[in-house]
Amino acid sequence: MTRHLRTLFAVSAILVTGCTHKPGPASTLKPTAFGAALVESSGGKQIGATGMTLAQPMVVQVNDEQATAVTGALVEFSGPAGVSFDPASGLTDSSGQVTTNVALGGMAGRYQLTAHTITKAQKPVELKIEEIALGYQQQVGFRLDDKYCSRCHNPESSAERVSNYDNLEVKPHPFTEGDTLNKMSDAELTAIISHGGPALNKSALMPPYGYTLSKSDIEALIAYIRLISDPPYHAAGTVYAEK
Amino acid sequence: MRSSKNALSSLWQTLFGHPVRAFGVVSLLLLISLAIAPAKNHFSEWRHYQKQYLSLIRTREDAVTLQRHFHDGIQQIWLPQLGVVDRCTTCHVGLKEASLGYVSAQPFRPHPVIPHTSDQFGCVMCHRGQGAATTVEEAHSSTLAWEQPILPARYVQSSCGQCHRAALMGTPQLNRGRNLLSRYGCVHCHTIKLADGTAIKPTDDPPSLEHIADKTTREWIYAWLKDPQAYAVTATMPNFKLSDPDARDISAFLISNSTPIAGDTEPVSKEQKAPDPAAGASLYGESFCASCHAVQNAAGNVVGGDVGPELTRIGNKAKPEWLQAWLRNPRIYDPGTAMPHYRFTDQQVSLLAGFLGNKTDSDLLANVHLDAATPEQITHGKLLVTEYGCASCHQISGVKKPDNFAPELTHIGSKALTQIIFLPGMQHTLPDYISAKIRQPRSFGAALKMPQYTFVPAQIDALTAALLALTDRAHDLPLSLTVPAQPPSNYQPAGKAGQLMADLACFSCHAINGRGGDMAPDLTWEGSSVQRPWLQAFLKNPGTLRPALIRRMPRFNLSDSDITELTDYIMTVYQTPAFDRDSMPASGYPPAQVEQGRQLFYSKYACQSCHIIDTKVDKGYIGPTLTQVGSRLNAAWIFHWLKDPQTMRPGTIEPNRNMNDEDARMLTAFLMTQKGSGKAEAKK
Repeated sequence: MTRHLRTLFAVSAILVTGCTHKPGPASTLKPTAFGAALVESSGGKQIGATGMTLAQPMVVQVNDEQATAVTGALVEFSGPAGVSFDPASGLTDSSGQVTTNVALGGMAGRYQLTAHTITKAQKPVELKIEEIALGYQQQVGFRLDDKYCSRCHNPESSAERVSNYDNLEVKPHPFTEGDTLNKMSDAELTAIISHGGPALNKSALMPPYGYTLSKSDIEALIAYIRLISDPPYHAAGTVYAEK
Repeated sequence: MRSSKNALSSLWQTLFGHPVRAFGVVSLLLLISLAIAPAKNHFSEWRHYQKQYLSLIRTREDAVTLQRHFHDGIQQIWLPQLGVVDRCTTCHVGLKEASLGYVSAQPFRPHPVIPHTSDQFGCVMCHRGQGAATTVEEAHSSTLAWEQPILPARYVQSSCGQCHRAALMGTPQLNRGRNLLSRYGCVHCHTIKLADGTAIKPTDDPPSLEHIADKTTREWIYAWLKDPQAYAVTATMPNFKLSDPDARDISAFLISNSTPIAGDTEPVSKEQKAPDPAAGASLYGESFCASCHAVQNAAGNVVGGDVGPELTRIGNKAKPEWLQAWLRNPRIYDPGTAMPHYRFTDQQVSLLAGFLGNKTDSDLLANVHLDAATPEQITHGKLLVTEYGCASCHQISGVKKPDNFAPELTHIGSKALTQIIFLPGMQHTLPDYISAKIRQPRSFGAALKMPQYTFVPAQIDALTAALLALTDRAHDLPLSLTVPAQPPSNYQPAGKAGQLMADLACFSCHAINGRGGDMAPDLTWEGSSVQRPWLQAFLKNPGTLRPALIRRMPRFNLSDSDITELTDYIMTVYQTPAFDRDSMPASGYPPAQVEQGRQLFYSKYACQSCHIIDTKVDKGYIGPTLTQVGSRLNAAWIFHWLKDPQTMRPGTIEPNRNMNDEDARMLTAFLMTQKGSGKAEAKK
C-alpha cells in the first residue's frame, strides 16, 4: 500500500514538474564592465506595423562618465505586453553598442520601450524609446498619405521625391504637427479633406479629395494622422482609467 | 493490515448497514454527482471573464449602452458556408465596442477597424485557433504544439491573402512577400498553384547560360558561385555554399558547354582612342541607365533602379567585346531582355563600354586561380548542375529543366504539424518552421539542396506571411467569396510598330492595356491624349514633363521612319472610346473665356499648387509643367481629364474636383492657349 502511494506520489510529482512552465532567469549574461549613461544610437521613432519587426534595428550605446563608449556592459530591453526583442539583452560590443530587432505588439498605437543598464554602484539607468505601430486602418492611411498628401505636407525631400512644401505660398501643416491638428475635430479634418481648404476658410491650395477618396479612405487617413501626431492626440470625451 | 480492514468494514456498516441509511447515502451521492455539471458550468473560465467585463463597464458613463449590447452565456458565430463555429465572442465581449478603445486589458479590447465584421467571417478565418473551444488554453493553445494555434499578430496579413489575390493597400507585408516569391525566383523550383488553377510566375528572369563564355570568364563564374553577394549586394542569386572543387567543376562545365554567338567575340577595334571617363559618365546619366541599374556608392548605399542587374563591379564580369556587342544590341544575346535596344552610335558604345569596364573591384578575383579544366571536372560539373537544379532557373544546353525540383508549396499554409520535423529547441508551430526554413535552409540537414538567401528579418516575415496564406481554405472557398487578382495581360501590339516597341522594351517602363511596368505613365489612351507633332518631337528628343523626376524617358536615336511608324500606331490604336478626339478645337477660344479660365486656374481651383504655367511665378512641382500644354495635349482630353481624371487614367493622383462642364470648358480654353513660353508671354 505504502509502495503504491509512493509510486503515485512520484508519478504526480513528475506530472506537476513536467506541466509547470518555469520561466528561466531573465538573463544569463554577466557584465564585464559598467557604464554611467545610456544613449540612443538609432532605431527610435520608427513607424512600423502591429506585430511586425521594425525596419531598422534599435541600437543603444552605453557610455561612462566621460561619455566614452563602454564595452561589455549589460543592456536589457523591455516593453509593454506583446513587444518582443531579439535579443532581449546583450553585452555592448567594441563600440559600446547593443543592437536588437524589435517586433511591436498586436495593437496599433505608441509603444514606450525601455533599455536598462546598471552602473558600477548597481544603480539602474534607463532609456525610453518610442515607436509607433500602425494597425490595418492606419496602414491604409499611411499609404494614402504617401500617395496623395506627403508631397506637400511633408517638408522633407528625398532623392527619389522632391517635396513641394517650399513651393507653396501658404504652408501646409505637417501631419506630425500635433499642436495644430490635435485642436481640430475629426469632423473638421474630414471637411477639409473632402471639400478642400476653403471649407474651413483656409487656403485654396489644398484641393478637395472628397470625390477621389472614399469615406473609409478619409477615416483611415485621419486615424493615421492622429496616431503619428506629436504631441500625441487624445480623443475628446471621458477617459476611464483602467483597473 | 488487519486494523485497516476492520476500519473499512465498520465504515461500510455505518453507511450501508441499514437499508434506510443506505438509501439516504446513495441519494446523496446521486445528488452530488448531478451537481457536478452545473457547478463546472458556474465556475467556468468564460463566466469569470463575463463577470469581469460587467464590473469593468459598471462605472462608465456608457454603462447602459454597453450593458444592452452584452449577452450572457456562450456566444457563437456559426457560418456553415465557411465552416466557421466560433465562440471567441463569449470572452471577447467588447469586440464591437469602439468606446472601449482605451481599455488595454484583454479579452475586453475592441477589434481594430478593418473592412470586415466578425459576423461576416468569424474569428478563426483570420486568427486561426480553435473556434469552438470555450477555455483560453484550448482556444489559443499558444503553449502547446497544437494543430491550429493562434496565428501570431506579425503574420495576420497572411489571412487576408486566402481570399484576396490582388495586392491590398492595407497589407503591405503580404504584398511584399508575394513579390519576393516571384522576384527571388522561389517559384522556379517550388510550384505554387492558386485556387483558380494558375501557378505563380517568377519575375526575376535569370539569364540563359548557353553562351556564357562570350560574356564572362571562368574565374568570375567561380567567384560568383562561391558568393554572389560579394559581387553585387543586391544579387537575387542565392548562395549554394559550394565547396571550392564543386565551384571549380561547375565553372568548368558551364564554360565548356557554352556556344559562341557571332559578333560577341569580335575584338574591340583598336583604332579608337582610350575613352574619356567623364564623357562616359555623362552618357550613362543622359541615357538614364540609373532608372533600371543600381550602383553602390562609396558610402555603401545602393543607388538606382532594380529592373536590371547592379553594375558596381560590372568590369570584373563582362568581357569588353561582349559589353560592346550587348550595348550595340542586347537582343542578339538575349531576345527577351528587359533592356531596350538603344541604337547607340559606335562612338557612344565604346564610350559607355569603357566607362562600365572601369567599374571593377581589384579584390573580387584576386585570389581566384584556376588551372585548365580536365574532362573529369567537366563531367562532375554537369552532374552537380543537374543535382543542384541549376536548370530550374537558367537555360543550360544539354540539361533539361527539372519538373517539380523542390516540394510543391500549394498547400503549405495548412501543412500538418505531424508531417514536420522540427529542430531541437524550436517552437512547434508552422510559422516558426517556415521562417526558420527560409532563414537557414541547411540547418535542417547539411545534405539539403536549398540554397542560403540573404534576406533581412522583415523579408523573411513577409515571405512567411505569403506562404501561410496558401491554406486549404484558400483553395476550398466558394468562388463568390474570393477576390481574384487582375488576370495577367499578354497584350501584344501588332505589326512593325509592335516589333519596334518590343525592340525598345517600352513595356519595361510603360503599361499598355494591363501589361507593363509602372515606372512611366500608362499609354493605353495616349493617342487620345497628345497631339501628333508633340509626340513626334518627343520621340526624337524626349524632354522632361516633370522637373522633379529622376527617372526619365531616354533618347533612343530613333530614325525618322521609326518615329513615324510609332506615332502612327499610337495615334490610331491607343484611343479611348469615351470621347471624340476632334470634338474640341486646338485653338481659337474667345479671349473672355480664356481669361475666365485663368481666374479659375489661379483662384477657385488653385492649380498652381501642383502645376507651373508661368515659370516666373508658379512653383508647383507635383504635376507636369503646363507651359506648353496647349501644343502637347488634345483639347477634348483636357476637358474630360478635368471632369474625371481617374476614369481617364486609373490611379492618377490628380484629385477629382467634381467640375461642372462650364468651368472645365473655360479651363480647357485657358490651357490650350499655353503653346510654349514665347506665346504664353505674348498673351499677357
